[in-house]
Amino acid sequence: MPKAASSPAGRVWAVFAKDTRSEYRTRYAVNALFLFALVTLTALSFSTGGAGLSPLLAAVFFWVIVFFSALSSLAQTFVKEVETKTATFLRLTAPDDAVFFGKWGFNLLLLLMLEAVLTPLFIVMLNIPVTNWGVWIATLILGAVGLVSTTTLIGALIAVAGVRGALFSVLSFPVLLPLMVVLIRVTEVAFGGGLTEGLRDGFLVLGAYAVIATTAGWLLFPFVWRD
Amino acid sequence: MTPVATQVPFSLRIEGLSKAFGKHVICREAVVSLAMRQSLAIVGPNGSGKSTLVRMIAGLLRPDSGTITHSFGSGVVKRELWHRHIGLVSPELALYEELTGFENLDFGNRVGGWGKTSEEYATVLEEVGLGGRGEDLVSTYSSGMKQRLKYAAAFLKNPALLLLDEPTANLDEDGVARVWASLARRQLALIIATNEPQEAERAQSRFVAGR
Repeated sequence: MPKAASSPAGRVWAVFAKDTRSEYRTRYAVNALFLFALVTLTALSFSTGGAGLSPLLAAVFFWVIVFFSALSSLAQTFVKEVETKTATFLRLTAPDDAVFFGKWGFNLLLLLMLEAVLTPLFIVMLNIPVTNWGVWIATLILGAVGLVSTTTLIGALIAVAGVRGALFSVLSFPVLLPLMVVLIRVTEVAFGGGLTEGLRDGFLVLGAYAVIATTAGWLLFPFVWRD
Repeated sequence: MTPVATQVPFSLRIEGLSKAFGKHVICREAVVSLAMRQSLAIVGPNGSGKSTLVRMIAGLLRPDSGTITHSFGSGVVKRELWHRHIGLVSPELALYEELTGFENLDFGNRVGGWGKTSEEYATVLEEVGLGGRGEDLVSTYSSGMKQRLKYAAAFLKNPALLLLDEPTANLDEDGVARVWASLARRQLALIIATNEPQEAERAQSRFVAGR
């Protein structure tokens, strides 16, 4: 094995690779994430009985599933570290930046995997016609980045505070609400509804949210993690 | 084996340190100082604040008042960077059960930038008595083996200051002998929080917690 890399990117990669390897062996977060999404989607499919949903309603359903799936699992990366006492090892070993961006990358991978599995099932089971795939895919990616940036920081906060349960949802909801509203409006366009004139502004807001949430998370993380 | 001495000049100074949880005062106006290759035992009954003091020195817990000054190398180091120079073996620290012993050391080395090679992983595992078990998942280790692995990680890091909380917990006779021999060879600055008189006697000075 070669001598270990110690560049900032190498350290971020080390945290990301460690989390991915751990998750592959334990399925700690994946089970919660996918089971919640699939159960909710199945329940929705049965309750709508194959009746065509409006683009707006379909967009609302999609992002509600993703939102609550994310809440059920994305905090786990930090909660598990604290519960198993490995957080102490991580604090005494890894720079804060590496922990934040390593966890951020891992959560993003999880959420993109969820979206990749959920999207075709959602389209088939709820009979949703996607009229603009470019808009849809861009929305999925920007939405995932925005969700992950916020939930990674709040996940660290609730894990360190030792107050879990509903607190993650309570703290995340007001921060993620503006993102959800815009995501739903843009997704509605991708599903053939809504007004395409507002699309550019919608993407600007999603992009700005992703950048601001990631930057804020990165800057605030040391205060959460060290104190 | 030749002695493994730390290369980084180190000193620790604690002045007027206090910590309380609610009305329960854990640590009151503690004053401690330590330099390179010196050792200090923190003793006291259960609940006297030994582990709390260790956590504050490690930068894992912020005191209510007082100052902790770590100087490593050229000068005083900011609290956010203490972790680079401190090792900890404690019941409050665990390694990753879903990784192998080897993978745990490799993760620490890569993320901490310790600059060690895989040959050194094998050497340090051998040193703590885990030779041949490095490829096994930590979840298959006994509690004593997990404690040995914590020492392996700490030795691989080779910090200027090593904090030991209940240093021989779960270790058998062989493990205790190996650990003390390795610590003697390394000549690190040591802080030992313990209830065991024979462990406390290994330190050059003593601080009684809870007074």
